[in-house]
Amino acid sequence: MTQALIRIYDLGKAYQRGEQRLAVLEGVNLEVQAGEFVALMGPSGSGKSTLLNLIAGIDKPSSGRIEIGGVDIATLSEGELADWRAANVGFVFQFYNLMPVLTAFENVELPLLLTRLSRRERKAHVLAALEMVRLTDRMDHYPNELSGGQQQRVAIARALVTDPTLVVADEPTGDLDRVTGAEVLDLLAQLNRELGKTIVMVTHDPKAAARARRLIHLEKGELVPDEAVAAP
Amino acid sequence: MFVLRLLLKNAFRHRLRTLLTMVGLVVAICAFGLLRTIVDAWYNGVEGTSSTRLVTRNAISLTFPLPLAYAERIRSVEGVSSVSWSNWFGGIYITERNFFPQFAVEPASYLALYPEYVLTDDEKKAFLLDQRGAVVGRKLANEYGWKIGDQIPLRGTIFPGTWTFTLRGIWDGIDAKTDESQFLFHWKLLSETMRRRSLENADYVGVFIVGINEPQNAAQISQRIDAVFKDSRAETLTETEKAFQLGFVSMSEAILVAIQAVSVVIIVIIMAVMANTMTMTARERLAEYATLRALGFGPAFVVKLLFGESLAIALIGGCIGLLATLPIAAAFAKAVGTLFPVFIVSPLTMALQLLASLAVGAIAAAWPAWKMSRLSIVDGLRHVG
Repeated sequence: MTQALIRIYDLGKAYQRGEQRLAVLEGVNLEVQAGEFVALMGPSGSGKSTLLNLIAGIDKPSSGRIEIGGVDIATLSEGELADWRAANVGFVFQFYNLMPVLTAFENVELPLLLTRLSRRERKAHVLAALEMVRLTDRMDHYPNELSGGQQQRVAIARALVTDPTLVVADEPTGDLDRVTGAEVLDLLAQLNRELGKTIVMVTHDPKAAARARRLIHLEKGELVPDEAVAAP
Repeated sequence: MFVLRLLLKNAFRHRLRTLLTMVGLVVAICAFGLLRTIVDAWYNGVEGTSSTRLVTRNAISLTFPLPLAYAERIRSVEGVSSVSWSNWFGGIYITERNFFPQFAVEPASYLALYPEYVLTDDEKKAFLLDQRGAVVGRKLANEYGWKIGDQIPLRGTIFPGTWTFTLRGIWDGIDAKTDESQFLFHWKLLSETMRRRSLENADYVGVFIVGINEPQNAAQISQRIDAVFKDSRAETLTETEKAFQLGFVSMSEAILVAIQAVSVVIIVIIMAVMANTMTMTARERLAEYATLRALGFGPAFVVKLLFGESLAIALIGGCIGLLATLPIAAAFAKAVGTLFPVFIVSPLTMALQLLASLAVGAIAAAWPAWKMSRLSIVDGLRHVG
């Protein structure tokens, strides 16, 4: 029996624009089991990226609770939240967000600087992560010397290197062509299947969403009943 | 180590921009150092003074002379160990552009009072024996290529006629602060020539230089000397040599204040340029800083990166500027000749140059660092693409 990794209760997020209160999410209730691969879909402005940011702990809800692995992250201070993210969340962004002045190796090593690992241990972890994304031969290359797909694979290695329980991916194939995008999705699916990583992915692309095991739709800040997707 | 590498790589990411900022820093720090050195050079006469020397002049003004007869009466004042005297000559060597200070002095007592002018025994003896002899500082001799035995003609302006002297000695200063730009000759020659020409003031001197053994009693001794000549035909004003020199400096104080203000303004300008560079840098890297924050790095890490980068650029530029100041100051000193008897970039100026570089780096990073520390991760990530 699987256990819920993410529990969201009556979640709301609103922004204040002058006198006007703009509600982006309202009354969202959601559970994601450990080891699930969830795709969040919805039209622009539906609140899917906001929900992902809240789950990842880079934004704070206006109301409600988010429990990840039993921790109510809405109650954590900025510092505690930063530590929690470093230990529990791996990020994959649409535009890879690699440091252009660092090599692929150094980019993957970056999150490990927040751990107590020795240099040698860090190196072993980085090599293992790069091996997983099949980029050890390009580890000394800078991002501008890599293709878009390779850069996203470096970003995935960076997301994995700390062995987080949760990987959040915001439009991970949004900047890639179809073939390269499919390779990245294969990689994410492999991480979910083989390493049991819980993945929450925001996407516009129905084909990308089809690679997830569960599809969640958002419409105007509210969840619509989700549907299961056949395992690829 | 990783962080140092990251901030140095960041610093040289936009090579042209960093290079131009550094060039600005080099010029600013160099100009700051040079201007401060000019001010120091102005004050050097004060720095080179001795606490064991007093100067007695006419109470009305330095342009009014004092009778030579005062010498004996000054010598008899309690606390006075020796007395010498000098007259400003104000002659021209070949052209008016060749300015250097010339003094008619009582040679034996004067050289005894100025042990910082180091002459060999033979040079000193030759000078004392030759009433038409002169001694000069090394810097002055080098400036005009004079050698011992050379005949040096000076055209008198205060004391008419052409005065030709034989160079009998070249002194080296006991330290870098010693004035090596003066020309000294026998007061007796001046006095006798004036008497021969039936000119006035033949037995008058410009100032008395008074040696004392107890510098802590300088004020009382000065009062005692001036008391001796109170209500006389020429009352005196005695002060320490330092106060006497400061009197000259204060005449040009407005210029010195202006020079110091310009040196500070230059630093403020480069600070603004550097702050602009760092603000642009931070704005361009919003997404990167947001990514670092998302990965779990705290605001302090981003602040550290920005300050580190700014300080690295400022220090590299500042150090190059400091090193460039030394040859430029040497070239400047050569170009102005004996206008500044001592023109050295002092350790304090070098320390201030480094401090100014650090201040530029730190202040330039303050605003962008503060902004980035308050960066919303979500807003920062929106800048991607």
